[in-house]
Amino acid sequence: MAKPFLIIDQLLLNKGNQPILQNINMSFYPGKIHVLLGLNGSGKSTLAYTLMGCDGYLPTSGRIVMDDKDITHASITERARLGISLAWQEPVRFEGLPIGKYVGLGAGEPNREKVVAALEAVSLPVKTYGYRSTDQTLSGGERKRVELAAVFAMHPRLAILDEPDSGIDALSITDVGELIRQMAQTGSAVLLITHRPELVAVADVASLMCLGSIVFTGTPKMANEYYESRCHPHLNSLGAQPWIPVVPVAQNLDSQEIAKE
Amino acid sequence: MSATPNPQHVAQNTPAWAGEMDAMLDAYRQAGGDPDALKLPEVATLVISGNQVLASHSIPGVHLEAEPLAQGVHARIQVDPRTNVKHPIHLCFGVLPAEGIQQIEAEYEIGEDAHVQFLAHCSFPNAVQVEHHMNATLHIGRNAILTYTEEHYHGQTGGVDVRPISEVIIEEGGQFTSNFVLTRGRVGVLDMDYKVDAGKDSVAELVTKAYGSGDDKVKVLEHIRLNGENARGLAKSRIAVKDQASSEVTTTTEGNAPGARGHMDCTEIVRDQAIAANNPLVKVTNAQAQVTHEAAIGTVNRKEMETLMARGLDEADAVDLIIRAMIR
Repeated sequence: MAKPFLIIDQLLLNKGNQPILQNINMSFYPGKIHVLLGLNGSGKSTLAYTLMGCDGYLPTSGRIVMDDKDITHASITERARLGISLAWQEPVRFEGLPIGKYVGLGAGEPNREKVVAALEAVSLPVKTYGYRSTDQTLSGGERKRVELAAVFAMHPRLAILDEPDSGIDALSITDVGELIRQMAQTGSAVLLITHRPELVAVADVASLMCLGSIVFTGTPKMANEYYESRCHPHLNSLGAQPWIPVVPVAQNLDSQEIAKE
Repeated sequence: MSATPNPQHVAQNTPAWAGEMDAMLDAYRQAGGDPDALKLPEVATLVISGNQVLASHSIPGVHLEAEPLAQGVHARIQVDPRTNVKHPIHLCFGVLPAEGIQQIEAEYEIGEDAHVQFLAHCSFPNAVQVEHHMNATLHIGRNAILTYTEEHYHGQTGGVDVRPISEVIIEEGGQFTSNFVLTRGRVGVLDMDYKVDAGKDSVAELVTKAYGSGDDKVKVLEHIRLNGENARGLAKSRIAVKDQASSEVTTTTEGNAPGARGHMDCTEIVRDQAIAANNPLVKVTNAQAQVTHEAAIGTVNRKEMETLMARGLDEADAVDLIIRAMIR
């Protein structure tokens, strides 16, 4: 039976006295794509930053375990060297840093072939882009592609992709989906945050987030059915949040069960 | 292995000179120059060590003259009108001993419609107490284009005091780009003072990059006067300081004519106990002119660091890469 290499166990993250992530349980398997769905502000990016170990996102309680080792307190660098990486939703710009060098940073040495392959995978020819700077002269869409290429070139064990489709033109969404499939085919687990149905379709597992909690985990189809049949718009003290967790989280399918289906 | 200069370039040819020339070429390489370029007959070259002119090679349309002074050299560089100089003109200035003073008085005359690039390398690889003073005047004729790239190497001790002063006049339609780079080794003291008067439809662009450490002091004073209609100016500074180093960037841009557009853009990264300051001064004397400025001073952006750390770099390497890229 397949065993998850990375587990998030009862994760809680408070900001001030407010929980912004709570009761998060997730499992990641090599080669599986896990899509995370939810409205803006539901906690998806927060979970991504927490998993990556970003500053200010140390869990209040709970654990992140990778290969049976507790990495809850590991630094970003340590996590990256263990094989976790993140493609930011709004990637920063680096004045003077050539794209080729940036993309190759996590790819080990020698990395030229990996860089060329990664740039080609996001339709950025190395001759045109390899020596360009990762700076403001790139369009938003180009910068997003570079970010995806940088994670792809790393061949991480877990690629966290935070809305890789935002800012990318509609025609290229298929390419992004293909890239995510390639990542999975080469053994990477992918945590995909998206709002695009075309990308949800490439996933093996889907989780719905609402108010910092995962309210449902199942296949993408099941997640869609759950949403269609059981979720209702509602208001609470934080504003509109349409997904009421009708079924307790414990009754949802485990990722492993889904993987078996 | 040291490059051997083309005999045509040689001003003097004695064993003592040859040794000095070899040492200067090594220093030239350390400053980022390519000594082989100095051997090419089609490349205009001027090599000055202390107050000795080791090589001076003119080419058609480019006239280089240099005469020794007590503590330096007086150089006159003239590019004839309508000359399009294919290869950059290579200038090499340096002081090889640990102590010394070098005073360069330079006059540049770029004729109308001429296009020319200069690559200047200033190297003081053994400096313990060296002063380098450069007083330059540059006159850029109508529609002429001059790009002047100056790269310095001051060794590792911080014992260099460099004071480049330039006064630039750009005639109508002319373009002047200055790239000043001092990012390898120590700075010592850098006290630069550039003044540019830009005429109608002209373009002035000053880019300064420096990386100070130890107790280095970086002081940049730039003043662009956009005097002609539609003149454009950019003063861009990228400075990083660490340890106890300090930097102070003072830029002034004046919009004195209709359609004049100026911008000042300063980024300084501060680490350790270093101190950085930026003083932008905007002066507009014509209602149809516009001058803007932006400045960012402080530590390295956290998200930039985390992005690189998410690729496996540790924090120190991430910071170093961000700084090196910025001042590249």
